[in-house]
Amino acid sequence: MLDVTTVERDVAVNNVKISAKDVQVFYGDNHAIKDVTVEIEDKTVTAFIGPSGCGKSTFLRCINRMNDTIEVCRVVGDIRIDGENIYDPKIDPVQLRAKVGMVFQKPNPFPKSIYDNVAYGPRIHGLARNKAELDEIVERSLRSGAIWDEVKDRLQAPGTGLSGGQQQRLCIARAIATEPKVLLMDEPCSALDPIATAQVEELIDELRKSYSVVIVTHSMQQAARVSQKTAFFHLGSLVEFGETSKIFTNPIDPRTESYITGRIG
Amino acid sequence: MAIKNQTSRGVSHTSLLSIRDGHTQKRNSAEKRFRIYGMVALSIGVLFLIFLFASILRSGLPAFTQTVMNVEFVVSQEEFDKAESKMLKTKAYQDIFVAALSAELARRNLDVAFDNKAIERIVGKPGGTIRSYFTEDPSRVGQPATFELAASSRVDGYFNGRVTRETLVDSRFLKATDLDLVDALQAGGIIRQAFNWNFITGTDSGVDNPGGAGLGASVIGSFFMMLVVLFLSLPIGVAASIYLEEFAPRNRWTDFIEVNISNLAAVPSIVFGILGLAVFIQFAGLPQSAPLVGGLVLTLMTLPTIIISTRASLAAVPPSIRDAALGVGASKMQSVFHHVLPLAMPGILTGTIIGLAQALGETAPLLLIGMVGFVAREYPEGFLSGFTDANSAMPAQIYTWASRADPGFYEKAWGGIIILLLFLITMNAIAIILRRRFERRW
Amino acid sequence: MTDQHIASAFDRDLEKIQAQIMKMGGLVENAILEAAVSLEERDEERAEQVRRNDKAIDALEESINEEAARVIALRAPAAIDLRVVLSVMKVSGNLERIGDYAKNLAKRTRILAHMEPINGSASSLRRMAKEVERMLNDALDAYVSRDAELAQNVIDRDIVVDQMYNALFREFLTFMMENPSNITSCMHLHFIAKNIERMGDHVTAIAEQVVYLVTGAMPDEEREKANTTV
Repeated sequence: MLDVTTVERDVAVNNVKISAKDVQVFYGDNHAIKDVTVEIEDKTVTAFIGPSGCGKSTFLRCINRMNDTIEVCRVVGDIRIDGENIYDPKIDPVQLRAKVGMVFQKPNPFPKSIYDNVAYGPRIHGLARNKAELDEIVERSLRSGAIWDEVKDRLQAPGTGLSGGQQQRLCIARAIATEPKVLLMDEPCSALDPIATAQVEELIDELRKSYSVVIVTHSMQQAARVSQKTAFFHLGSLVEFGETSKIFTNPIDPRTESYITGRIG
Repeated sequence: MAIKNQTSRGVSHTSLLSIRDGHTQKRNSAEKRFRIYGMVALSIGVLFLIFLFASILRSGLPAFTQTVMNVEFVVSQEEFDKAESKMLKTKAYQDIFVAALSAELARRNLDVAFDNKAIERIVGKPGGTIRSYFTEDPSRVGQPATFELAASSRVDGYFNGRVTRETLVDSRFLKATDLDLVDALQAGGIIRQAFNWNFITGTDSGVDNPGGAGLGASVIGSFFMMLVVLFLSLPIGVAASIYLEEFAPRNRWTDFIEVNISNLAAVPSIVFGILGLAVFIQFAGLPQSAPLVGGLVLTLMTLPTIIISTRASLAAVPPSIRDAALGVGASKMQSVFHHVLPLAMPGILTGTIIGLAQALGETAPLLLIGMVGFVAREYPEGFLSGFTDANSAMPAQIYTWASRADPGFYEKAWGGIIILLLFLITMNAIAIILRRRFERRW
Repeated sequence: MTDQHIASAFDRDLEKIQAQIMKMGGLVENAILEAAVSLEERDEERAEQVRRNDKAIDALEESINEEAARVIALRAPAAIDLRVVLSVMKVSGNLERIGDYAKNLAKRTRILAHMEPINGSASSLRRMAKEVERMLNDALDAYVSRDAELAQNVIDRDIVVDQMYNALFREFLTFMMENPSNITSCMHLHFIAKNIERMGDHVTAIAEQVVYLVTGAMPDEEREKANTTV
């Protein structure tokens, strides 16, 4: 019976959302990212894995030009989102960051109310014409962030008063509020307990229906659970990129195999 | 008590946890000694503080009381006309006063002889005051009038214990016999000690009238100066810090600036006074002794303090907040003003209050630009002229009083110190309240 | 790729289950040989021994399955480690079945000992059993040395066993047609031959697991079945 193949994960080919070509990143003289070429699809979760210091977070931060804030950092190469080169001098990095949302490792809600946390982005980008629209955006974002039911009665309470998992979901809601095309997540669960981690992973699974999600993680099990595509980075290079199930059952490159079986790292 | 364990071989050894070996004991006693040193040091500090406050209060509280003489009498129309017709008018009124006083004393069966000169020594020359009271409003003639006259500083000193019959042996200001009169007057309830409101609200007086000296004008002068310092140094200092901390590139030039800002905080204040004299008064032609100029000089002095503490507060805000703001699409400026600055507020306010408190107590630069004590003779007329009218500041006023010969000024100086300290405590209290309101958790 | 895991306990766990497989394989090889000898020499004692030894083989299979489940739960093995654990479980199942067939062989030997021997059958069966035992030996060697080529060789040799079975089948038919009194013993002998042929199939399955372990894919072609009787 060779003709029946059960496909659990959606492996249909989606549009390419982010395409990187021959990207190099230099920290001063240190050549941190070497010749990375990768295509990240829309409505898919792509995981970046690799040992510490391999450059996965650095590459992630290139996608929303957060590396611009570091003076000694220089990015060379082509990164396009929806076909537009984001390093084009005409592109304003501040505007770009509204369209490429980012969630950080340690939950970092603003020390303001929950409402203001989510409303800040839309406010400064003028996405709402009046209070009613702003309220709507806040509610929609909090619902998408799977936290609406827990906070709908206390929107004016400080964001920092929530538990760790709730704070991280608030940060995700905040990132979604500016209607981004891409969501970048830098080890979003590493500061959370297992239950909160599971909640965030479930949320990520929901989010991939609407966004292209790129998640950096140092937990291979998390990458295996959450992503459809996985990219393995090692010493600044992209070693292997492919379907998650293939990478974890039968990777091509021996370095990938060594890393996921726990022989190097 | 050591616990002994028996092993199977019958060899006993002591458990580590309960034994007090020499090592542990030495450490324990060293720690105990250290704690005792700390407490002794604290106690010495507290004792000095108590001593300081006690001596300030003891020396300064007398400044708040004043010896006054209350006399009620009636000047009839006839007497009024007679006095007005004389050539030495004030002397005539004085005579009326002396007569009324004698009548009062006789009525109370206090029999003491005295003359005009004694009255002058005790209460100064009341003639002018009495005359102007009646000439201002002639309808007052014939009506009973009460006069409250301030006693001379030596009479005041007598009441405060500073002056005794022995110290008056050679004095030309007051005679020992006068003191008998004073006693009688006091027994009759005519002379008493009252709260000296004039000290708080009045202006500086001449060298000969310590009793009439007041700190009020200097307080106003200090107040206007603080306004200038606050409204100039706070915005400039905070803006400079924000630029240096958030926006400036890190190169040789900015390092150079940073080193120099720290050095500026250590420059002696009198240098700033000379700078103020040269630049603001001589070059820019601003009015001398004006709180505006004093404020400008003190702004220069306070800026380094504010810049250093603001930079520290800004640096203490965790970078995750900035990252979060940038991640949502805020520009650098928006992230600083909407997020970093509010979080740094408590630290900034602390630095500002420290700076202002330092500025409040500065004397040396103010002396050089002319804000000395005797200048504070009148209140300024309006709000704006408060900046430009010649005035003094509290510390300068205190210094001036302390350097005058009359011992009456000595206690005024101490009294001024009390008021200055109260001013400072109030400022700090406001600062603490403000800081509490701004404090947020992150 | 370095052989050692960063967590050495993981290496020890994997070595343990593979050592158990080797042990089980040794027991099964022994069972095949002993059963064949007992059949040829009509030795009831020997046959009884083979039957008793099967308990040890069953116990090992249980233990291996438990260990493998434990490794999966605790270590979350991926890629080659996962294939090692999965293959160990499959191989132990196959070995256990081979052991059962050997036990069955021994049982029938005891019955046949009381009947008239059929000429030539015993030695043919012995040769067939020997061939299967050699195949098993090679398959286990291939497992230890991760030799996919050797494993493929084993898979290819199954056709020989199948052909031997076909020949024996026809031979027994002629014996039975010749002399009806031979039918009972020939039937038993036939079942024995069938069992040995099934043993060969299981050894082939073991060899296929070796190929999967090494390459990550099962061998592609349909195994040629020369067994024309089914």
